[in-house]
Amino acid sequence: MAGVPKLDVLICGGASCISNHSHDIKDKIHEELKKKGIEDDVRVIETGCMGPCELGPVMLVYPDKVFYQRLKPEDIGNIVENHFIKGRPVAEKVLVSETTRAIIEKEQEDADFFKKQTKIVLSNCGRIDPENIEEYITENGYAAIGQILTSSNPDDVVETIKKSGLRGRGGGGFPTGRKWEFVKNAENDQKYVVCNADEGDPGAFMDRSVLEGDPHCIIEGMSIAAYAVGANKGYVYIRAEYPLAITRLEHALEQAREYGFLGENIFETGFSFDIEIRIGAGAFVCGEETALISSIEGGRGNPRPRPPFPAISGLWGKPTLLNNVETYANIRHIILNGWEWFSSIGTETSKGTKVFALSGKIKNTGLIEVPMGTTLRELIFDIGGGVPDGKKFKAVQLGGPSGGCVPEEYLDTPIDYETLIELGAMMGSGGVIVMDEDTCMVNTARFFLDFTKSESCGKCVPCRVGLVKLYDMLDKIVKGNGELEDLEKLESLCHSVKKTSLCGLGQTAPNPVLSTLKYFKDEYVEHIQDHKCRAKVCADLVTYTIIPEACRSCGICAKNCPVDCITGSKGVPYVINQDVCISCGTCYDVCPFDSIIKE
Amino acid sequence: MNLDELRKLREKGQREMMQRSDKAQYRIVVGMGTSGIAAGAREVLRTFIEEVNSRNIKDVVVMQTGEKGYSSKEPVVEVFTHEEKEPVVYGNINPEKAQRIVTEHIVGGVIVEDYQVIFGD
Repeated sequence: MAGVPKLDVLICGGASCISNHSHDIKDKIHEELKKKGIEDDVRVIETGCMGPCELGPVMLVYPDKVFYQRLKPEDIGNIVENHFIKGRPVAEKVLVSETTRAIIEKEQEDADFFKKQTKIVLSNCGRIDPENIEEYITENGYAAIGQILTSSNPDDVVETIKKSGLRGRGGGGFPTGRKWEFVKNAENDQKYVVCNADEGDPGAFMDRSVLEGDPHCIIEGMSIAAYAVGANKGYVYIRAEYPLAITRLEHALEQAREYGFLGENIFETGFSFDIEIRIGAGAFVCGEETALISSIEGGRGNPRPRPPFPAISGLWGKPTLLNNVETYANIRHIILNGWEWFSSIGTETSKGTKVFALSGKIKNTGLIEVPMGTTLRELIFDIGGGVPDGKKFKAVQLGGPSGGCVPEEYLDTPIDYETLIELGAMMGSGGVIVMDEDTCMVNTARFFLDFTKSESCGKCVPCRVGLVKLYDMLDKIVKGNGELEDLEKLESLCHSVKKTSLCGLGQTAPNPVLSTLKYFKDEYVEHIQDHKCRAKVCADLVTYTIIPEACRSCGICAKNCPVDCITGSKGVPYVINQDVCISCGTCYDVCPFDSIIKE
Repeated sequence: MNLDELRKLREKGQREMMQRSDKAQYRIVVGMGTSGIAAGAREVLRTFIEEVNSRNIKDVVVMQTGEKGYSSKEPVVEVFTHEEKEPVVYGNINPEKAQRIVTEHIVGGVIVEDYQVIFGD
C-alpha cells in the first residue's frame, strides 16, 4: 500500500526512556512488523521526551491515541499482533486510551498528569520526529521567522516580546523584551545571539528535552532574536554530558541550512544568520552568563564583574544577547499567536507557562509544563501524584542548589518569580525535588553545599572560602559535634557570602542553608542538643542494635559487615560492637528477619 | 525558501500527520474485532485508507477499533464528526460500499442512509 500508513507509532526517544532501553523496543517493533509483513502499514517514529519518565519506556499509538507504558521487548509481539493487526489495544500495558474509557477512569489519577498541563514550550516534544524538519514545518515551523522577516521590522518584534511579558526562563526572570531592546540599541557592526543550554542544576532536564525533542524551535527562536537585535551569528553553548541533544541539534542545523532557514538571504529577504554549537565541559559556573561567554571565547570559564553587561560588551567585546533554551522556545509561539494570547496566560507579573522537572520522592517523576500561577500543591500532588509508599511529604526544593526548600504550609502558593523569592526559594531552571519524612534537612543543606563548593570557580574569596566554611559547619552538625552558637554563625556567614560574591553561584549558594534554617530550625537544634536525626539519615547520629529475642543467629549480618564489628555464633544472638560500628546500615538492610533496629 | 514554498511544504505534511491531529473533521472507525475481520473488515479498512489518500482528502482520520458488539452487521463502520458526539453507524460494509461512503458522506456531507444502522428499530 502506498501513501500514508494506517498507524503512527511514536516511541519516546528522550534520554530517560533511552536509558530504559527504548531502542530495544523500537528494534523489536521493526522486527515484529517485518515478521508479519506489515512494515508499510505502520510508521515508527522516535520522538523527544513525552514527559512521564517514571512510566518509561513509553509509546503513543496514533490515530487511536493509545498510550503504552513500562514496555518490555517481550510485550511487543502481543501488541503488534493484537493492536496493530487486530485493533485491540493490549489493556494491561495501556495508560491512556480513547478507545478504552474504563481504563481512563480507573487510571484517572495518572491521567491527571496530562490533563492539568498546558503545553507551549513542549507542544512538539513527544509529538513530532525531531530529526525530520518537515514534521516541524507541518506544525507551523519556521512560519514565525518567515512572517517577521517579510512583514515586521525589528522594532515591532522587540515591542511584541516586551508586551508579551515573557521573562528569562534560566532562573533570574529578567524581562526578555527589555534585554532584546538593550542589545538592539547597542551600536556596533557585529552582534551575537547566544543560547544558554548549560543546564547544570541537578534534577533539571527541561532544556535537554527541548533540544532533544524539538531542536528546530530553538533555531527559529534564535533566528527571530537575531533579526530583532541585528545579529548575524549565533552560538548554542551546550554541555558535553548531553550527547543526544548535541547530535539532534547538529542534525537540525544541517537540515535548516539545507532548506534555507539558516545561511544567506533567508526567505529571500537579505537577512543572513547562522548558528554554531559550542560544547562545554560541564562546569556549573559556566551557566553564569559572563563565565559562559569566556568559555565560548576559549578562555577559562570564570565570571567577571558586571557591568558592563553582555548586552553592551559580551562575546569578544561585542553586544551579545544571551537567553536560555526555554526562553527561545517560547518566541515562535508569541509571534504566531500574538502577545495578547501569551500575556493572558499566567499571573500578573509572570506570564506564560513554566516547564518543571519533577524528581525525588514523587510518584510521577518527569517533565511537565503548567501555566504560571499553578500552585505547588497541584504540581506535586495532582500532576506529580504525591509522595509514594504512603510516606509523609516534608519539603520541596525549588531551583536546585541555588534555590531553597518550601515546607508543606506554603504549598498553596501560586508559583511565580516573586512568590518563590518571598518564600526563600527561586524559580531557577525549574528543578523540583520532592523530599519526604525520610529526608534530613540538615543533611540536604550539606549535600547542596558540597555541590556548590566543588563547583565554585575560586575566583572570589567569599565563594571560594565561604562555601567551604559553610560546608564544614554543616558537616560538624551532621556529625553530632555542633553547638547552638554555630547556628548564628552559619546564618551570618550565609548573608555575607550572598552579599559579597562576584556571581550568581556564590550569591545564591547559601539559599539551601538559609531556607532550611528558616523552616526546619528544630531539626538543626535536635542534631545539636539531642544528637538525634529524626529522619535517621545522619550516620553518626544513628545506632543499630540487634534485638536478641528476634535474632535467629543466621550470621548474614556479620558476613556483610564491612568493619567486622558483629560477633556471635550458632544458637547465640549476634551483637554489634558499637565502638567499632560505622553506622553504615548494611546489617539493617540484609537482615532477613528484621531483627535489627535503627534509632 | 520563500513563504509560498514553506506553505506548500506545510500542506504536504498536514495530510501525513493528520493521524496525530485533533482537528480532523471526520474520523472513520472500522470495527476490527474477530467477527469484523472474519466478515472482511480488513479490506474495508484498506479501501478507506486508499480512497482518502488517492482523493487527497485532508481532514479525515481512518482508524481501527475492536469489537463493537454488532456482530450480525459486520463489518461495522462508524463515522464521527468533529462537532457531534454520536457517530453515524454503517453495517454490512464491503469495499464498494466503503467507496460510496467516502464519496457521498465524507466528500459530499450526506449520510448514506441505505447502509445506516438505526438502533431501536
